Amino acid sequence: MAPEGKKAPGRNLHDREHEPEDAWILRLYVAGQTPNSLTAFENLKNICEKHLDCRYRIEVIDLLKNPQLAKDHQIVAIPTLIRKLPTPVKKIIGNLSNTEKVLVGLDLRKVT
Amino acid sequence: MVTKKSAVARPVRTTEHSEFGKIPSGIKGLDEITGGGLPKGRPALVSGGPGCGKTLFAMEFIARGISDYGDPGVFIAFEEKIDDLKRNFLSMGFDLADLVKKKKLVLDHIAIDRSEIEETGEYDLEGLFIRLGSMIDAVGAKRVAIDTLEALFSGFSNEAILRSELRRLFLWLKDRGVTAVVTGERGDRTITKYGLEEYVADCVITLDHRVTNQIATRRLRIVKYRGSIHGTDEYPFLISSDGISVLPITSISLVHPASDERISSGIPRLDTMLGGKGFYRGSSILVSGQAGTGKTSIAATFVYAAAKRGERCLFFIFEESESQFRRNMKSIGMDFEPLVKKGLIRFHAVRPTAYSLEMHLSMMLKLIDGFRPRVVAVDPISNLYPIGDDIQVRSMLMRLIDYAKSLQITGLFTNLSNDRETGAYGLEPTEMHVSSLMDAWLILKNVEGNGERNRAFSIIKARGIAHSNQLREFVLTGKGIQLLDVYKGSEGVLFGSARIAQEKREIAERLWKNEEIERKQRELDSKRKLMENEIALLRQKFAREEDEMRILIGQDVSRQKEAVKTMKEIATQRREDR
Repeated sequence: MAPEGKKAPGRNLHDREHEPEDAWILRLYVAGQTPNSLTAFENLKNICEKHLDCRYRIEVIDLLKNPQLAKDHQIVAIPTLIRKLPTPVKKIIGNLSNTEKVLVGLDLRKVT
Repeated sequence: MVTKKSAVARPVRTTEHSEFGKIPSGIKGLDEITGGGLPKGRPALVSGGPGCGKTLFAMEFIARGISDYGDPGVFIAFEEKIDDLKRNFLSMGFDLADLVKKKKLVLDHIAIDRSEIEETGEYDLEGLFIRLGSMIDAVGAKRVAIDTLEALFSGFSNEAILRSELRRLFLWLKDRGVTAVVTGERGDRTITKYGLEEYVADCVITLDHRVTNQIATRRLRIVKYRGSIHGTDEYPFLISSDGISVLPITSISLVHPASDERISSGIPRLDTMLGGKGFYRGSSILVSGQAGTGKTSIAATFVYAAAKRGERCLFFIFEESESQFRRNMKSIGMDFEPLVKKGLIRFHAVRPTAYSLEMHLSMMLKLIDGFRPRVVAVDPISNLYPIGDDIQVRSMLMRLIDYAKSLQITGLFTNLSNDRETGAYGLEPTEMHVSSLMDAWLILKNVEGNGERNRAFSIIKARGIAHSNQLREFVLTGKGIQLLDVYKGSEGVLFGSARIAQEKREIAERLWKNEEIERKQRELDSKRKLMENEIALLRQKFAREEDEMRILIGQDVSRQKEAVKTMKEIATQRREDR
């Protein structure tokens, strides 16, 4: 399972400086290790691997550990996925089971 | 005013017969209706249309909860921005920023994206719970307000998830032991647009903002209050510069303590006409009459006398400004200045058309409640008629009088009658309507005759008092109202110059009579003198005759004596040889 803040496989920590400038930064907000959260993370990994080809970074934020961030980042639904980069910021909610909707929401249609 | 803090709340068990604890709502007048406030530790739903006052209700619940009862609170706004809230409520006397700084209040805005967010699968609203939880924990909140929960419905399209989360939320709030006020938008046929009332079983209140006859009225209704007796009426309420005021309930039954105490009208001879003692304390008095008959002066005199007795008085002026009123009354001997300074009398001059009837009533009740006078005067109530119809004005007066009586406050109300001369006293339907609410009724008249108008009044009724039914003339002098003596001419009671003329006539008559008596007296005296003279003369005459008689008798006697003597001498001479 992905602990908070750690990068997902696909990108090595040490390769940070080699991160391409157009790398996607995706933030997944969860609240503990609930089934939805686990599912969401799995789905996200899969989608990223399939569509983003290593040019991505997933940050997982567990609001149970950092409740303050719920307010700071205005999170209501769990799980919420935010695409921080590239801008504009995109937001989708749910456990990401509906791949089609995820792609639409992340605007991944255009990227190959 | 800090109440003792309750122990850590545990989930309240719901049984049919459980007695819910209540927590003061912080809304003026509401706790009287609900018998103590809102159900403690449970959610209450407040629904209403836009502009009805839901947000204000929720905020007062929180803010007063802090300032008056020491309960820290959390306010979650879905629609208003925090700065807007702070600014709006500052003008009502709530310094929210300060409360936040003092760690008594957490104020948070939860943004719900209106635009379509892709929903990609199952989700829940745990983020909301997390935020709520940390807010409550941050200050140890006892009260929570959520305004308005239905905003969630515009942000998330999966209603099934939403409803299940709402159900969870209300249980969660109960578990946390907080008393929550949740607002919802009024629905067409449901209490709230999205049927939040389904989840709130304990207390549902609706707020209404209606416009009838161009007058806006606000009403509050308790739709549901489980486990408690509550009035089922709609209660008018007012939103003023210090928040919501729900009007106190009028008595359900006419149970007012009736006082035996009598108070002076301020006019001693009027007190005499009122069974010798004046009005009953706590009674309602109507003083009506056409323009210029002296109603305001009578009202002022009544109030002035009460204030001089040391009783607090509240005077509502609907016709003129306070300074004008005081100036006018000064000219008839009543200087209110020192009484105002001592706080014994308070004036409240308002242009009637500025507010609705409900608002007037609310303001008046609030002022009465705050000032606690023993006497209230309203001059004139007729200025309220343009604002509402007869029934509404009467209803308003009824509630006002009711409230006054419940506090043993004596009320004096003046009413301007129309200039129609219908019947002996110029009575009209509206006056009849209102007069039935009053215990005593004085009608002031201008009596015309001899080309002049003079002031007069009569007591039409005074419940429980054997009152005079005289039509009495009075004048406004520099020393106040003076009742004048009653003069009856051959045509009945006289007024004005006719009365003065009659007075003069009677004085003249009396004087003339006195002179007559003296004259007769003098006549008798001279007659007596004459008589005495005559008697004296007669006596003298008689005395003379007596003297003459005596002399004659004396002469006779001496003649006889002489005769005898002579006979004896002759006899001796003659030695009578017989």
